[in-house]
Amino acid sequence: MFTVLALVIVTAPGWDDFRKSFLNTHLWWSSFPDIARGFLVNIRVFCISEVLILILALGIAILRSLPGPVFFPIRALAIVYTDVFRGLPTIMVVYILAFGIPALQLTDASWYRSQTYWSIIALTLVYSAYVAEVYRAGIQSVHPSQEAAARSLGLSRWQALRHVVLPQAVRRVVPPLLNDFIGLQKDTALLSIVGPVEAFRQAQIAESANFNFSVYVPASLLFLALTIPLARLTDYLIERDRRRFLASGGV
Amino acid sequence: MAPAVVLEGIQKSFGKLEVLSGIDLEVEEHEVLCLIGASGSGKSTLLRCVNLLEPVDSGRIVIHGEDVTAREVDVNEVRRRIGIVFQAFNLFPHMSVLKNVTLGPRKALRVPRRDAEERATELLTRFGLADKRDEYPDRLSGGQQQRVAIVRALAMEPDIMLLDEVTSALDPALVGEVLSVIRDLAQSGMTMLIATHEMGFARETADRVCFLDQGRILEQGTPDRIFTEPVQPRTQEFLRRIIEAGRM
Ligand SMILES: Nc1ncnc2c1ncn2[C@@H]1O[C@H](COP(=O)(O)OP(=O)(O)OP(=O)(O)O)[C@@H](O)[C@H]1O
Ligand SMILES: [Mg+2]
Repeated sequence: MFTVLALVIVTAPGWDDFRKSFLNTHLWWSSFPDIARGFLVNIRVFCISEVLILILALGIAILRSLPGPVFFPIRALAIVYTDVFRGLPTIMVVYILAFGIPALQLTDASWYRSQTYWSIIALTLVYSAYVAEVYRAGIQSVHPSQEAAARSLGLSRWQALRHVVLPQAVRRVVPPLLNDFIGLQKDTALLSIVGPVEAFRQAQIAESANFNFSVYVPASLLFLALTIPLARLTDYLIERDRRRFLASGGV
Repeated sequence: MAPAVVLEGIQKSFGKLEVLSGIDLEVEEHEVLCLIGASGSGKSTLLRCVNLLEPVDSGRIVIHGEDVTAREVDVNEVRRRIGIVFQAFNLFPHMSVLKNVTLGPRKALRVPRRDAEERATELLTRFGLADKRDEYPDRLSGGQQQRVAIVRALAMEPDIMLLDEVTSALDPALVGEVLSVIRDLAQSGMTMLIATHEMGFARETADRVCFLDQGRILEQGTPDRIFTEPVQPRTQEFLRRIIEAGRM
């Protein structure tokens, strides 16, 4: 199967061109240090947004799970938020924030003019909408009798959430959360379109300097080096949960 | 002295279904009262109303002279004084036995951790669970889990205990160990409201038995009277079925 595929590729009419422009190993090595330095930007953006997302999304999920008619306006707001930010293409949100807000010239502060800063906010807003839904599914999967048991001990609604419902909910949603973070890691490349010199942007620079696409290979490998371990970790956790579930007599 | 619990005209509906249609009941201090009645007659709902897990539609609940259905009452404060044990145990699966038992005292009563753990260990020892202190609930038998649930409620040092069919989810072989714990509690003078299908147990432990039928207390009296000479035809019918089913 693979041999056939390989044969098709190497006998293709454009193979020689392809090899020159993508498989120039010399360029792989020479471009690597710059691209790796760019990749540090991706990692930083990824880590900062991830922390912000985990917090913001949890807040939204909690607001959306508030019971009773009193909290209807808050729940409605949370719903609008998730609908809007899941509906908009990520690239548009990045554009609007990273170009739009600095263009308003509200202050002269350096953070205000930093596109990296606004890109982090954009990714956080978008991904929080997804992650909030993941959290919410987790909260709903905890049986109401658990909250009743906690409340019957005299715990407040917040204490019951904090000590009984959320710990169980979060444990159940770790695998889907990791899945979303694989997506986030890839989407950090969107920063390239608004300016900050991250790995993909660095590769673009190297590409135009050399008129050669080979530079995208090390960039891709760097992304894979981070997302593949995340994917394996996700699989491992899912498998572990499945085994636990079977061991505890689940059906 | 005011009765431990007074219920006055308690009504409760779920949507169109009226589950409690005017319950009047007084439970004296140190009294053990058993609620019997067919499935769906409203026993669980009544117990959940008493510790305010379900809001009542109308009527008053007075605990030790305090109207707890009044608007300004702090429900958390009321619940701290009333322990409830559920049919399905409802232990917290992500916590060890010790954590299950100390959660309430530590978070609701703000007892320092070491004191709470000491007290919990004492209680667990008293109920033969000392060696299970650090286990997680899913590693315990049903009987052990239910005893932990009882200890968890007792750790709050409640004045009143509500027990909702605490043995119905248990293997018959494990029923005895849980019932004997409840007997001990009764002897120690705990005020208890017990919903149960264990007629033998009700007969020997209860001070008074109430027969609940379609959301009303149709008949009540000493266990001897209810079980040997029930007056109401529906009570007679219910008891006859129980005897036929070999459950008494
Ligand atoms: N949260 C709820 N929402 C809607 N209906 C409910 C709810 N809880 C109880 N009910 C209904 O109320 C009625 C009384 O239920 P309850 O659990 O109090 O009966 P019970 O006497 O405890 O029965 P059992 O012996 O089977 O435990 C039933 O018809 C039940 O379906
Ligand atoms: Mg019931």
